[in-house]
Amino acid sequence: MDAVLKMVAQRLALGLLTLFVVSLIIFASVEMLPGDVAEEILGQSATPETVAALRRDLGLDRPAHIRYFEWLGDMAQGDFGRSLANKREITELLGTRLWNTLFLAGYAAVIAVPLSLALGILAALYRNSLYDRLVNSATLTSISFPEFFVAYIMIAIFAVSWRWFPAIVNVTAETPLDERLYKAFLPAIVLTMVITAHMMRMTRAAIINLMASPYIEMARLKGLTRRRIILHHALPNALAPIINVIALNLAYLVVGVVVVEVVFVYPGLGQLIIDSVTKRDIPVVQACSLIFALTYILLNLLADILSILSNPRLLHPR
Amino acid sequence: MTTSDDLARLVGMGRIGRRDLIKGAAAVGAMGAVERVLGRPAGAAMPKKGGHFKMGIGHGSTTDSLSPVTWENGYTLLLCFAFANYLTEIDSSGKLVGELAESWDASPDAKVWTFKLRKGVEFHNGKTMTAQDVIDSINSLHRGEDSKSPAKPLLSAVTGIKADGDNVVFTLEKGSADFPYLMSDYHMPILPSNGDGTVMADAGIGTGGYKVKHFEPGVRAELERNPNYWKEGKAHFDSAELLSIIDVAARTNALTTGEIHAMDRCDLKTVHLLKRDRNVVVTEVTGTRHYTFPMDTRAAPFDNNDVRLALKYAIDRDEIVQKILRGYGKVGNDTPIAPATSFYAELEQRTYDPDKAKFHLKKAGAEGLTVDLSAADAAFPGAVDAAVLYKEHAAKAGITINVIREPNDGYWSNVWMKKPWSACYWGGRPTADWMFSTAYEAGVAWNDTFWDHKKFNQILVEARVELDEAKRAAMYREMQTIVRDEGGVVVPMFANYVGAHSTALANEGTVAGNWDSDGSKIVERWWFA
Amino acid sequence: MAVTSDTPRRSPARAVKLLRESPWSARFGMAVILVYVVAALFAPAIAPYGETEIVGAEYEVWSEQFPIGTDNLGRDMLSRVIYGARNTVGIAFLTTLLAFLIGSIAGLLAATLRGWVDQLLGRTVDVLMAIPSLIFALLILTIVGTSVINMIVVIAVLDSTRVFRLTRAVSMNVVVMDFVESARLRGEGLWWIMRQEILPNIAAPLVAEFGLRFCFVFLTISALSFLGLGIQPPTADWGSMVRDNATLISYGDITPMIPAAAIALLTVGVNFVVDWFLHKTSGLKE
Repeated sequence: MDAVLKMVAQRLALGLLTLFVVSLIIFASVEMLPGDVAEEILGQSATPETVAALRRDLGLDRPAHIRYFEWLGDMAQGDFGRSLANKREITELLGTRLWNTLFLAGYAAVIAVPLSLALGILAALYRNSLYDRLVNSATLTSISFPEFFVAYIMIAIFAVSWRWFPAIVNVTAETPLDERLYKAFLPAIVLTMVITAHMMRMTRAAIINLMASPYIEMARLKGLTRRRIILHHALPNALAPIINVIALNLAYLVVGVVVVEVVFVYPGLGQLIIDSVTKRDIPVVQACSLIFALTYILLNLLADILSILSNPRLLHPR
Repeated sequence: MTTSDDLARLVGMGRIGRRDLIKGAAAVGAMGAVERVLGRPAGAAMPKKGGHFKMGIGHGSTTDSLSPVTWENGYTLLLCFAFANYLTEIDSSGKLVGELAESWDASPDAKVWTFKLRKGVEFHNGKTMTAQDVIDSINSLHRGEDSKSPAKPLLSAVTGIKADGDNVVFTLEKGSADFPYLMSDYHMPILPSNGDGTVMADAGIGTGGYKVKHFEPGVRAELERNPNYWKEGKAHFDSAELLSIIDVAARTNALTTGEIHAMDRCDLKTVHLLKRDRNVVVTEVTGTRHYTFPMDTRAAPFDNNDVRLALKYAIDRDEIVQKILRGYGKVGNDTPIAPATSFYAELEQRTYDPDKAKFHLKKAGAEGLTVDLSAADAAFPGAVDAAVLYKEHAAKAGITINVIREPNDGYWSNVWMKKPWSACYWGGRPTADWMFSTAYEAGVAWNDTFWDHKKFNQILVEARVELDEAKRAAMYREMQTIVRDEGGVVVPMFANYVGAHSTALANEGTVAGNWDSDGSKIVERWWFA
Repeated sequence: MAVTSDTPRRSPARAVKLLRESPWSARFGMAVILVYVVAALFAPAIAPYGETEIVGAEYEVWSEQFPIGTDNLGRDMLSRVIYGARNTVGIAFLTTLLAFLIGSIAGLLAATLRGWVDQLLGRTVDVLMAIPSLIFALLILTIVGTSVINMIVVIAVLDSTRVFRLTRAVSMNVVVMDFVESARLRGEGLWWIMRQEILPNIAAPLVAEFGLRFCFVFLTISALSFLGLGIQPPTADWGSMVRDNATLISYGDITPMIPAAAIALLTVGVNFVVDWFLHKTSGLKE
């Protein structure tokens, strides 16, 4: 276990470094984008004079590196700062949206992870059967449609024709949990459809991959049933790649749902970061990016810990 | 219905005097032409109070704020007209009427404007509105070197604003006959003064019909009726919710499933299908909004007027209106002045003529011309498709147009007025002078064709102070002809405002044509039937 | 494919034998791919009209003249679907290939060498992956400009991070095996170990991933079109075609289903073939 603890400490330190590099890259990229927040806020109505005035007002007339280190200093003290575009506290902007995003991601994950594991194990168990092919084709089809397309179809059927669920997810911070679960059901299902195929196929592939291993051969020669071989011998050893893919998909649920947010009018982080990039609102872009990066780092750390715990050879390297 | 054609004629016949136009109380709709083409008449009943109104708006960003100088999109427009008032207002028939100004008067040279303020108007925080609030609202936000207001150029001619009892007096450097129109610009609401020359710019406190209860930028605003609203027979809903729903399919679905009561910007591709829904009414209003392809007239080959003419003849406007606007619009004539604008002149319509285009190309010595046209749907919905159609039309005249799809992101700062030829839209201005001096006068900030036409510039300045209406009309006619024949802009179409609402709603019977959603005053003007 | 170098050397006779043994699903998949390849290669000969030619009114219904109607500008849908195969499939395939080339080599290096190489590559990839790829692609493409080449490279690099992680994860399990250790002790070269000892043992999950990555790349391109940075108009590509007509779905019109179905069919087809490869390479003959 000491090895694991050491790794966690090491990875957390590296995580901090990653966050720092991410903030540097994001800052540099947004700086390199043509146009700045002053021009974008004023949009079509920008004149050289008003742009200059706004730049002075926002402190954009100072060099980029100074602004970056100022931001970094504030960050180190836990101060996210304010949006350049509307001068609101970033923590206030992020608060409800982060919760909304995590809620939807969690909702979809609770449905998708058990579902795809079950489907994947069954597909490996009944490999090349009609069931296997059907599940494969169905998940592949669902994944090959663009998200907005799946979402529109779900809305057309369940919201417009049958009126079972609302077409848009109009929730506020005060919305009670049961109502929230009901309203967010359609987007959660769309996200489930988007990530299930990947996780299910990886589960299946990883198990099948192990089926040729000598120890499985051994188990088979011992006369164990297929079910027992897969569940007790193959699955534990196949966990590493499966956990990795699950972590990737969970991270995607947090960072990649912009399109679903737009279609269901769901106030999450995705829309916030797109709007902020469009307006070159660097502090907000930075804050969102850091949250995304942190999510990703933590999920991966978790995946790696689980992988190591599931593979004794990695736990005790020679 | 008074169209501005009629108006121009009336003016020409001397039936309307200049004093009438200048005096607010008697002003006849100079931007008339508000047509109600579609939708069942719903205005017969008496307005009823009550209900919670929900509106889906195809605009809004998480970067929006309540500060007037940052207002730039359709969402903030609806919000500002709900909570704030202005000195003047364009009413639903297109007339300029007083709002916080009861009436106004000008000196004969149109250099000194006196606005008489309404008495006993209260802000949401209980403070009574005074001349000082007006002066501080204008001065602290829209004038001065540090102002970042988009309305700043409108006030560039103002040399001083002072209080005179209940009146506010504006002094201009040069005469401007249309000055009261400018005071209806949505960036210039009257906000409560802090007493030190500044105003409460971010508080969302105004004199309007609704108080801002909660505002979450890019998501929703919750409004509740101002019980002390001074305007009679307006602001009927108990409360209202403005939802930002950018995706047009989501907006439409929300309306058909009853999640919202009204939406703006219908999807033109499917609006004929939406009309089949018996619970939904589609409204279409012809206004001043136009879509353009401005060329940089300083850069080759656009510096040659024959090349510009060739390009103007090489576009099939009818097909563009049919396919891009699905018929919800009107063909343009290469001038920005809409039939709904004051002093619109009916000129001969330019039509698609590949032979004439070839003729002008030959004259310019530019046969086999190849040009790049930059477009993005940020310029206007369907801009990329319009450019692709244009490419096909121009090919018949021997012109090769390379359509370059630019990113929506940063379009206004990186493409428009940066690339030699791009796509653009204009919300339109209620008066010809306002439109011309915004984008066609030499040297102004948004002169997106970088056009500098001596004669045009000269007439423009003269017309601003011309006292004789007939002469003024003739001058604007000449200016429109010059822009059409020598300007750097291709104006293929005027786009209608197409919105939809539930049959549960009723309105006054006329729907304004200056912005989406009844001049963006749907929250103030409509009610539940 | 970068990852199939371990499949048995193929003579024509062997290929025929393989084909004869192939299950119906793989045959179906191959047939689909063949049809798409033919459509992509011979689009100008097959399509009834030109790619960008405006031949009728907008949204014409299905008729003899226009078998599946016309689009919003009056271009023949069938012709655009056929030309779309060329643009969409070609670009997505190239991108995926490049992503696998970069990702699997880097992943193998990291797993085999470990130490600072692993750390360096791992940290770089961590940083790249920690930034949402769509946002990052948007940023970079806005900076460097949208051309097909830029798009392929940017998406491939961003996507290769996923391939890297997977390759590294599965290789790690293999690297600790005894046969790799003994190869090392024998003094075999790095490339030899990677190619001969590790790659064959990790090919299955990689191949499985390829089919899906192809599809994700495709979706990334269509998401970029959504943000106005994808393939340039008037070029026909299925992603934009779906997007342009998507609002019709709410009214029960199935026109936008056609390019979407074309994508789905290809994805299923590719993955059927991939499954078959998986079956072959996993060495299971049951």
